[in-house]
Order: sequence, then structure tokens, then C-alpha cells
Amino acid sequence: MRVALFVTCLVDLMRPSVGFAAVKLLEGLGAEVVVPPEQTCCGQPAYNSGDLATARDLARPLVDALAGFEHVVVPSGSCAGMLVKHYPELFEHEPEWHAKAITLARRTRELSAFLAEHGARLAASHAGRVAMHDSCSARRELNVLAEPRALLAQVDGLERVEIKEAETCCGFGGTFCVKYPDISARMVADKAAAVIASGADTLVSGDLGCLLNIAGRLKRMESSVRVYHLAELLAGMTEVPGIGEAGR
Amino acid sequence: MKPTAHAFERNARQALHDATLQQALARARGGFVDKRRAAIEALPEFAALRAAGRAIKDHTLANLDHYLLRFEAQVQAKGGQVHWAETPEEACAAVLDICRQAGAKLVAKGKSMVGEEIAINDALEAAGFEVVETDLGEYIIQIAHEPPSHIIAPAVHKTRQQITELFEGLHHQPGLTRPLQTVPQIVDEARQVLRDKFLAADVGITGANFLIAETGSAVIVTNEGNGDLSATLPRVHIVLASIEKVVPTLEDASVLLRLLARSATGQEITSYTTFFTGPRRADDPDGPEEFHVVLIDNGRSAMLAGPYREMLRCIRCGACLNHCPVYGAVGGHAYGWVYPGPMGAVLTPLMVGLEEGRPLPNASTLCGRCEAVCPMAIPLPKLLREHRRQEFARHLTPPRARWALAAWAFFARRPQLYRRAARLAAGLLGKLARGRGRFRSLPFASAWTAARDLPAPQGETFMDQWRRRNKS
Ligand code: SF4
Repeated sequence: MRVALFVTCLVDLMRPSVGFAAVKLLEGLGAEVVVPPEQTCCGQPAYNSGDLATARDLARPLVDALAGFEHVVVPSGSCAGMLVKHYPELFEHEPEWHAKAITLARRTRELSAFLAEHGARLAASHAGRVAMHDSCSARRELNVLAEPRALLAQVDGLERVEIKEAETCCGFGGTFCVKYPDISARMVADKAAAVIASGADTLVSGDLGCLLNIAGRLKRMESSVRVYHLAELLAGMTEVPGIGEAGR
Repeated sequence: MKPTAHAFERNARQALHDATLQQALARARGGFVDKRRAAIEALPEFAALRAAGRAIKDHTLANLDHYLLRFEAQVQAKGGQVHWAETPEEACAAVLDICRQAGAKLVAKGKSMVGEEIAINDALEAAGFEVVETDLGEYIIQIAHEPPSHIIAPAVHKTRQQITELFEGLHHQPGLTRPLQTVPQIVDEARQVLRDKFLAADVGITGANFLIAETGSAVIVTNEGNGDLSATLPRVHIVLASIEKVVPTLEDASVLLRLLARSATGQEITSYTTFFTGPRRADDPDGPEEFHVVLIDNGRSAMLAGPYREMLRCIRCGACLNHCPVYGAVGGHAYGWVYPGPMGAVLTPLMVGLEEGRPLPNASTLCGRCEAVCPMAIPLPKLLREHRRQEFARHLTPPRARWALAAWAFFARRPQLYRRAARLAAGLLGKLARGRGRFRSLPFASAWTAARDLPAPQGETFMDQWRRRNKS
């Protein structure tokens, strides 16, 4: 099985270890992982800013780069949602590209959904109380909710806790956190407080955007909660410093 | 109401710093969400009901002219009159005419969002009529001289303490001097004051939740019964309704009523659900002598023909407001016009213009919760994006955002250059963080770092590391 990995621009730039964790997990399924070098960003900032021409310009090469693969995996609910839900919308009026986008959408999965679908058997262990934050895209665009929890249940020694008001957005929202920093700050403050109140010592999520936001707030509050991408924990790769932590 | 939507950012900042408002919002938020959830969990066929409701609306919208004409014919057959108004001015003029002909002095008004939309109170007062709001929430904000901040709970932003103070300053009748401690006491006092108004009013104005083409009826739901009193006690009853409120049959209205009550307040059905059909008949014991319906377009025909058509399915339940984290943080007044929250962020720019309403469609993380809870399955995030698209196309997007987008796109379109820039940024920021793993402040990221740290990049980009790994 050959799998194309779309690493996402945030993982590439901010936290490569998530990409390597994804590779490890996929290789654990016996897959050969390919990272098409033409990829940059899925175009979400342009799409959500109403600049559809630029979004299409960015989507086309990515659609082509990922076209040869039967499976495309993305370690982000938000970027996977862009490929699965919004690329087909983006090319609604261009039949040829629309067809390509639909094919890509059908082959694309968010990482934890792909792992669950292919019956991943994990060998990770993690002693502690772990809270799972679902990104709004994973939860509502892709309906990925049970999969990460089922995978976490395979991790040895882990006790899972739920966050109150889990359905409320953390306030990241891509460019929203820059356009409306005050409101975003308020939302992430509520979210970070809920994470702390859950009693978790570790927070994970399938989306790095949310994690940078929530971790940033937790660190500002001097909280001891450690923050990792779901893939890092599932791959047993939590020896690296958590998000926003000093090197050790 | 003069829109201040363009000042959303300033409005929002004020709201975030208003401790009393924050207290009121926090309390309201949880209540609405929990009640709706319980009501929907208790009804397994909710999803089917939702699909049925949507189908009813879609069918009606596809044949809107037919059902509106049918409605008009039925109203006339029952002895009432329909007045068509394309603009708010025409709507107000129609109402004023009716009131003048009735020789009215005092107008009792039930809650009506379209009434706010056309600013009917201002028009009536300017023409010398006295208007009194009879819905408790509307009454409170009327005496506070404020616009509503929620479409079903207009005074949700007020605390009990604030309401008590308002009443103390205004209600000087004998017997109304006791201190108000509980909500029932507040309700009781308002009821005493309003009772006299109902009896003295010459004209009663209400909104309508639905209009029924089959029978020519207007349907209103309230939890206080004030709508019924406003409609039946005065000599003349005027219904204000926008054109998309019409549904074909009684049966259809009942489907939508079940969706409305559960989504709005978590009730199975509202306390008072009243169907008004025509004026009093010869053998009726009560009811108005005249029955008028003012049908208001105000941009809806244009919506029907364009990309925002699905918004016309809205039944004004307020669920999207109650579940929106942005509304929950800043409240309704920040949105700067009649309709707040996600539904308002779609409607307001359509009614006051995108120049004025520009910030609203951007004041959303597109988290999708509004669409998830909307009983009419309106794709609110999609419609918000459509506004953003128009805004970008019409060059209304702020220059700074445009440039940032253009600069980012320049690199993102050129993988090799992008890679080099990413390498530089990741390396530089990684070094700058000097093993701290995060930034407390960064000059170009002050919006972010005002309230949270910025996690630092690990150092080398994934693509660089991957290429090295696969070479060896
Ligand atoms: S958009 Fe939907 S959820 Fe919001 S008020 Fe209208 S019907 Fe209710």
C-alpha cells in the first residue's frame, strides 16, 4: 500500500515531529509513505478570506501532486476537511478539475480516521490522564470523533478524560485569531480553563493549529499540562519537548 | 436603528470588558444549550422533523409568489387586508396610515424582529403615537432605550439587578414600590403596568412566526401571552411579517412550530401558540374590528434569486446565536444591527450593505456549530464565506489583509522558494526562542502574544529533514 502524506504547512514549519510520527504510524500499517515534494499549503487562508482565485491556484498543483495515489493522509482535520469538503466546491464550475477534486476527496483521510479504518495496532504506552481536543473541522466537517478515542484506548497506561464544553471552538480559526485577537483570546482562555478543569496532565488533538493556540494559552497561564499532537502520542514519540516547552 | 456593524471590533472590545454583560452572557449561554440538547435528545425523530421542515421551506420558497397570493386572497376572504411593502419606508407608511385612520393614540406592540428591522417604533413615535412594548424583554429594553441583543430574548444581556433599577426609576404607581428580588416579582410588576396599556390601546401590532396560505392565518408564539392580548384587545390588529414567513398549510406550520420551540428554548411547544384569522366575526365574543397584514420584502426578493437564498429558510429560533462562541463572548449589541450572531452576520450585510456590514462575516471562526444546530440546516459558514468572497471581489477587504494574503500566496505558489523561506523562518525562529520553546512576545505577532505565548518552531522543517532522511 502506497500512501501519500500531505504534511500541512504548519507541521512542516512548526512541528516536523508530527510528520515523522505520522510516517511511523503509517509504516506500522505496512504502508510505503511518499511525501510529494510539490506540496506547500492547501490554500485555506485564501479560501476563507474569499480569495477564491488564489485558493484555486494553490489547489491545482496539490490536486495534481496527490493524483497518483490511492490513499492520501493528512495529520490535520482542518486541512483534510479542505481537501475533502472544499476542493470540490472550489471547482464546482470547472468540470475537469471538479472531477479530479472529487477523486482526491474520496481518497483523502484525516490521519486517525485512516488508522482506525485500517485496523492499526499500536504499541505505545503513556502513563497519565489525557484529554482529546477535537478540532471543529474534524468534529463537524469530517465527523471524526470516535476514531481518535478508539486509538487512544490502545495506548497502555493511559486514562482518558473529556473536556467540558468540548464542542466549543478554541478560537484559533486560522486568520480569525489575527483578525479578532481579543475575541480569540477570550475563547482560548475559556478552552484552556476547561482543559485544566478536566484534570488532564496531557492534551492531544489531531490539529496543530488548535494545539498551538491552546498550548500558547496554557503556557501563558504557567500550566503544567503538556501538549502533543495525537500522532506523537500514538506513535510513542513523546520524548521530544511538548508544544511550547523548552528543550530538555 | 442606525447600524454600527462597521464598528464591530470596537463594539466587541467594549463588550469583552463589560463585566456585567459578561456575567449575563455566561448565565444565558449554558441554559439555552442544555435545554435545547435535552429537548432534542428526548425526540428521536428530530432529524426527520428537521428534514421535513427544510423541505417545506424549500418548496414554499420555490413557489413563493403562488403562496403569497393565495395567502392574500384568504386574508381578504376572511375580511382582512394585505398591504405590500417593498422597503422599510413603505412598510412604516402603511402602518402609520392604518393607525391614523383608526384615530389611534396608544399602540400596544408584541415582539417583532421585522418591526425592529423597519424601525417601526421610531416611525410611530415621530408621528405622534405612543408605543408600548408588551413582551417583557422588549419592554425592558424599550424603557432602557436600547435595541434588542438577541432575537428571542431581547434583554438577555441585562442582569436582574439592572432590570430592578430600571423599574424603580420608572414605575411610580402606588403599590409598585416594593423591592424586586425574584424574577416572578419582576414579571408581576411589569404585568401590572402593562395591563392598563393593553386596555387603553387602540391598535395592536404583532409580528408573525408563520403565515398560512391555506387559511390566511398569522401564527405567533409567545411565552407570556402578551401577543394574544396585543392582538385581541385593541380595535385594530396589524401583523408585520416578511414575505418568507408564509407556509402552505396548517400542517406545515405545525412541523415548523415543533422545530422552533425545541431549538429556541428547549420547549416542546411554546406556552402560547395563537392562530389569528381575520377580524372579529359577527358572533365572535372578542377580537379586533380590523385585521391588517403588512407584507415586507426589504431585500428578500433579491435574496431569493441569489446565492443567499437558503438564508430565507430561517425561522428565527436563535439556536445559532446561543451556540456561537463569538456571540457568546461579545453579545448581540456588538453586531451593531437588528440581527446578531451567525444569522445576523449573513443577514445584516444583505440589508444594510456590505460596506457597513463588512466585519460581521469575518467575525467567525467558521467552526460550523451554527450550521450543526440550525433546525433548518442553513449552511451558515458557506454563506459567510460567500460574503467574504464578495468582499474580496469588491476590494472591501482591508489592504493589510490583502497584502499579507498576496505575499503568502506568492511563496505558496512556488514550492522551491516556499521551501527556502520556510527553512529560513523555522531556523531563525527556532534559534530566537533559544531553547525556551516559546515566545512571550514577538513584534510581528503581537495580536497573538497579547494573550498567549507563541510556541516556537522545532527548528528544521519537515521537508528538509525528510529529504535528508531519504537521501541517506
Ligand atoms: S439561522 Fe437557523 S439556527 Fe439561526 S435563527 Fe435561523 S433557523 Fe435558527
